[in-house]
Amino acid sequence: MTIIFQPSPDQPAPPTQRGVIKWLRDHFFSSVKNTILTFLGVGIILAIIPPLLDWFVLNATFVGNADECRAAGGACWSFVQAQFRLFMIGSYPQELAWRPIAAGLLLLALFIATARQLMPGKVAVVFWLLLPLPIYWLVGGGFGLESVDTSKWGGLLLTLVLSVVGILVSVPLGILLALGRRSNIKLIKGLCIALIETVRGVPLVTILFMASIMLPLFLPSGMEIGILYRVQIGIILFSSAYIAEVVRGGLQGVESGQSEAAASLGLHPWVTMLFIILPQALTKVLPPLIGRCIALLKDTSLVIVVGLLDFLGISKAASQDPEWLGFDAEAFVFCALIYWILCFGLSRYGNSLEKRGYAAYR
Amino acid sequence: MLSTFFTPRNLLSNLVQLLMVAAAIGGAYYLFLSTQENLAARHIETGFAFLSQEAGFPIGDSLIDYQSSDSYGYALLVGIINTLYTAILCIILATVVGVIVGVAQVSDNLLIAKIAKTYVEILRNVPVLLILLFVYGVALAGLPSVKQAVEIFPGTFLSQRGLYFPRAIPEDGFIWVAMAFLVAIGLTILMVRWAKKRQNLTGRSLPLFWLGTAILTLVPLSVFWMAGGPVSWDYPALKGFNFSGGAVFRPEFLALVIGLALYRGAFIAENVRSGIMAVSKGQNEAAAALGVPPSRIMRGVILPQALRTIIPATTNDYASLVKDSSLAIAIGYPDMVSIGGTMIGQNGQAIEVIGIWMLVYLSINLVISVLMNVANKKFQLVER
Repeated sequence: MTIIFQPSPDQPAPPTQRGVIKWLRDHFFSSVKNTILTFLGVGIILAIIPPLLDWFVLNATFVGNADECRAAGGACWSFVQAQFRLFMIGSYPQELAWRPIAAGLLLLALFIATARQLMPGKVAVVFWLLLPLPIYWLVGGGFGLESVDTSKWGGLLLTLVLSVVGILVSVPLGILLALGRRSNIKLIKGLCIALIETVRGVPLVTILFMASIMLPLFLPSGMEIGILYRVQIGIILFSSAYIAEVVRGGLQGVESGQSEAAASLGLHPWVTMLFIILPQALTKVLPPLIGRCIALLKDTSLVIVVGLLDFLGISKAASQDPEWLGFDAEAFVFCALIYWILCFGLSRYGNSLEKRGYAAYR
Repeated sequence: MLSTFFTPRNLLSNLVQLLMVAAAIGGAYYLFLSTQENLAARHIETGFAFLSQEAGFPIGDSLIDYQSSDSYGYALLVGIINTLYTAILCIILATVVGVIVGVAQVSDNLLIAKIAKTYVEILRNVPVLLILLFVYGVALAGLPSVKQAVEIFPGTFLSQRGLYFPRAIPEDGFIWVAMAFLVAIGLTILMVRWAKKRQNLTGRSLPLFWLGTAILTLVPLSVFWMAGGPVSWDYPALKGFNFSGGAVFRPEFLALVIGLALYRGAFIAENVRSGIMAVSKGQNEAAAALGVPPSRIMRGVILPQALRTIIPATTNDYASLVKDSSLAIAIGYPDMVSIGGTMIGQNGQAIEVIGIWMLVYLSINLVISVLMNVANKKFQLVER
């Protein structure tokens, strides 16, 4: 009679080596140092979260006037509600508010259509490049729409106009600068290098000062450009220099075999650049380009230095309203929240593109 | 020379170049003419003669003595010094914040890593100007009034008016302490060299950090004690509606330095994190297998390799930090841009002032990139 060896089933791991306990031990109590760090972390959270929760929610006033807010002691969200229109569009006429909203929807629609690849890439590029025109037309008026003076543009509207138009115009300009930097013609190369390096070497504030104070001095007499357009030019100049460097990185990343192959097929150098090199280069640098979008969105807040009331400027000014005096913290927190949602969303989108891009190359 | 100009291959490109030179010169000349006309119409002078005229405006915060009767040039110098001072201080603080938060991000402790990550994600996605305005207008403005100033250390008061602290006034004999400090620096350098040589020969290492700290503190301190403590302290005291005496960091300065250090620290933390993550795991495991203690793995194996990716990225952040210090103008700290802005408002000589700004920023950035290149060379992979 043969005895077949029957191994008894495995014992489960001891309770300290599995499940929640093991996870806790591994991540929070693996050593003395780690345990101390855990307590430190708990201390930090306990020091920060309860007061913030009190201020944000528990003691906050959601409906009520300024006096009720002051009595409650927490955040005054009814102030944000009362000033919501100011935050969004500044002193833009209320009855025309549908126009900036339409412009915003247009931007959103184009963004979604591009992100979901609802149209061929070339068509999308053309649409994006043309987008500044309808934006300025819808917001500013003219050609059948009642015109709204640029001094009335403000709030999130102004921030978005400055940054969206800024980025859309500076991408082609930046590409031109990057190509100029690689040009064989020494003069073009020299000019492009000088422009890019000078602009990158100085703060945006000085460029805005230049646009607001120095630019009018250069213009022939009789020719005047409004402050908003001058600032927009300054922002475009600033952003182009940075985008040029990003694009240059992409151009360097395209192997020379590509242009050699195109040349051996008899393609004209310009055709090669436009339809073979640039598409590959730009796909490669899409994530850093989105990084530049985020940076520009944040940087447009500096326009308050030359007296424009963008989203941040309006937030600063909103709490000067005699009825709602002194609610700066709420204004800044609301402003920070909107900026954060926009920037974080963009950076997430950039990350996902990067992952998708890597997957496509593999 | 001329013959190659007309060869068919070069002809087109050379003609294009010539045309462009002509266009550039023509355009520049046209701009020059219209600028001249505009300046004349606005009665604005040109040239740098204004630098020796009397400024006539006060400056709230200055490291060197300044009166409003001093010249524009001197006022601008005050601004340049303030810009450099804040920039250097911010760079140091942002590096400290960045290294701590960056190392915390890769910590084994999940809680600490998440807290650090949250900090980075919040700060990086908000405009820096918003952070400055918040620190200045909400956080510092929320401090107690002068009457209720908090005494953090004896003689150091924090209030809405800023941070007042005792000022040390050197007396006779302090020169010896200063010299002792210099000697201590020399001694430390010698010791480090000797220790390196010894380690190369015998393999034994010394606790360099502690030894160095001991030499740097004990030598000057003992000389200080032997000289009979040649320092007197000027304590700030509450007189009327404000403190008098002592030294002060004004709220504008505090807000600028704290805001910029917190913001840029988040970016540097990302550099540190990605630098550490870029070092392959095998390095860590190999060092552990050789029995190197964990603290020395980080210091001696991981960090030197991580620095190769951290330094170039951080160079850009330092340059941005210096440029961001120009935001002082938004909260009223008198840096170079803010003082220059006042000048432009007074005499309209925007072209000259903006030219000076650009020159100074370009030189600072040049110095930073040279210094960081030196650091970069030191840590680069030495291939045999």
